[in-house]
Amino acid sequence: MFSRDNWREIFQTIQKNKLRTFLSGFTVALGILIFVVLFGFGNGLINTFQLFFEDDAQNIITFFPGQTTKPYKGYKSGRQIEFDRSDLADIEKNFPMFLEYVTPRIGRTYLTKFKNESNNYSTRGVAPSHQFAEKTIIMKGRYLDKLDILKKTKTAVIGRLVEKDLFGQEDAIGNYIDVGGSVFKVVGVYQDDGGDDEERRIYVPYTTLQLIEKNNDKVDQIIVAFKPELGYSGAMALEKSLSTFFKEKKYINPNDQNGIFIRNVAEGLKQTQQLARVLQLIVAFVAFGTIIAGIIGISNIMVFVVKERTKELGIRKALGATPKSVISTILLESIFITTISGVLGMLIGIAILGSLDKTLEDFFITNPYIDMPVAIFATVVLIIFGGVAGYIPAKRAARIKPIVALRDE
Amino acid sequence: MIEIKDLHKSYKMGKNSLHVLKGINFNVEEGELVAIMGSSGSGKSTLLNILGMLDELDEGSYTLDGVAIKNLNETKAAQYRNKFLGFIFQSFNLINYKSAAENVALPLYYQKVARKERQEKALKYLTQVGLKEWAGHLPSELSGGQKQRVAIARAMAAEPKVLLADEPTGALDSKTSYEVMDLIQKINDQGNTILIVTHEPDIADMCKRIVHLKDGVIIEDKKIEQVRASKYV
Repeated sequence: MFSRDNWREIFQTIQKNKLRTFLSGFTVALGILIFVVLFGFGNGLINTFQLFFEDDAQNIITFFPGQTTKPYKGYKSGRQIEFDRSDLADIEKNFPMFLEYVTPRIGRTYLTKFKNESNNYSTRGVAPSHQFAEKTIIMKGRYLDKLDILKKTKTAVIGRLVEKDLFGQEDAIGNYIDVGGSVFKVVGVYQDDGGDDEERRIYVPYTTLQLIEKNNDKVDQIIVAFKPELGYSGAMALEKSLSTFFKEKKYINPNDQNGIFIRNVAEGLKQTQQLARVLQLIVAFVAFGTIIAGIIGISNIMVFVVKERTKELGIRKALGATPKSVISTILLESIFITTISGVLGMLIGIAILGSLDKTLEDFFITNPYIDMPVAIFATVVLIIFGGVAGYIPAKRAARIKPIVALRDE
Repeated sequence: MIEIKDLHKSYKMGKNSLHVLKGINFNVEEGELVAIMGSSGSGKSTLLNILGMLDELDEGSYTLDGVAIKNLNETKAAQYRNKFLGFIFQSFNLINYKSAAENVALPLYYQKVARKERQEKALKYLTQVGLKEWAGHLPSELSGGQKQRVAIARAMAAEPKVLLADEPTGALDSKTSYEVMDLIQKINDQGNTILIVTHEPDIADMCKRIVHLKDGVIIEDKKIEQVRASKYV
């Protein structure tokens, strides 16, 4: 069945019937091409959604203190809740197996000066691990470290745009800036994917900020990073037990919704991912529709091809072609054409996706791509159905009596 | 070579059945050149189709070279056709995208003859029909007579027991017809058995025996003095 003679015969048929070959090949190639591109766009859409969240770490639960609205255990309602350093220590002590790190955040806005330049910047008192929560990227110098926290040093890490505003072309590292009346040494300059606002910030040790503010012990927010392997349900459970822990410690009525506010990134991420997945599903549906259209297209062409060749097949049968050889000739030809053009369409589609890369970012499509197994699977499906589509009319043709096929039209 | 006994064949046309062949008894010896004559509807093409295993008989028996042709499945029929029979059609039935040589080699392809040998044999038979120089040409580049000669070469290529020709000169002018008949006679002279269906008396006269069919029965079966086509060429 796969002898060289057979292939020679098939190649000749393909070569001598270029239009026919082109038509069936084109249908298949186009089907796969559109499938690959559409599917890639779907993936690009998901990429875009993920990028929205990639700016910050995705395993973060943030706790904000609020005001109680319900009296509890002798405390009146309307009490302002405050976090302090002991809360950080308690979390670290009670939930170590769930946590990657914990960092406080104190947010202030100070007038910051260097020589003749000055501006108001958001200044944050944080711990070293805050770098991971914000995904802060150090361009030069260093981030805050443990020693800074312990010794309450007056060191600052400034944003790329802060350096640009205050220092111009000058190098900020090692220089001293005036932050709200205190002098800080710049030890690092960072950048951040979150946009201009995030690059106009100044990070200082939270202990230093507490020292400046009358040596108090308060922190504004507590940022908890859970271990990613907890997954969505683990994160939700941790959020709940942390909330219970805080409410107990701060004497907040368990049913009071306003004592503490919680923002869990995992929740938002999950919703967005679900939306993206639905979009992907829709795109995949359309893409598979294209494949089915391709299959119908190749079926039509195969019916036409066999019809057109009826007389030729009749001649071949009169000359001694067995039904098996008739079927195998048509089948091998159709599979050969679908394979070549299917692979070609797939490669062109992948090349198109590769070349688009970033040009479609305005349409929320980032780095469109298709997994090779998916692309190959779709191609193989089309080839198989192309074969089936060829087999049915081929079988019918093989059954036609040569006398019928040879009858003059 | 061919033995036919009490052959019946009818076609179903809706509710009616059309009895085409009504008991044919007919033998052909090796080396004969037989013309089957009759007006249209006499059953001559049906007879030829049954002889060529292109159609099945209803009743009676058909023996070809000692082999009973009965209840053949498609594959078997194809093998027998390939081994025993060579066909020559009125409309030539060459495959239009294959060159003359490739057309001639096709029956050998189905006999699983090696490629090299196929090419040699194809060229040999094309030479025999005087078309060696045209081996590489497509059918569309050949005249009607040349096409029929290619078809004859193709029928001969498989070295069959019997050549069956259905109105081989039907699509040709008389001069070309005689050329083709001259070729057929020469092939017959070499000892090949040939059956020709025709309704042209002058073509029938160039055979050695004429079988007259009318309304599905043989009304006349006579040996004649052969007219050599070479006289007219």
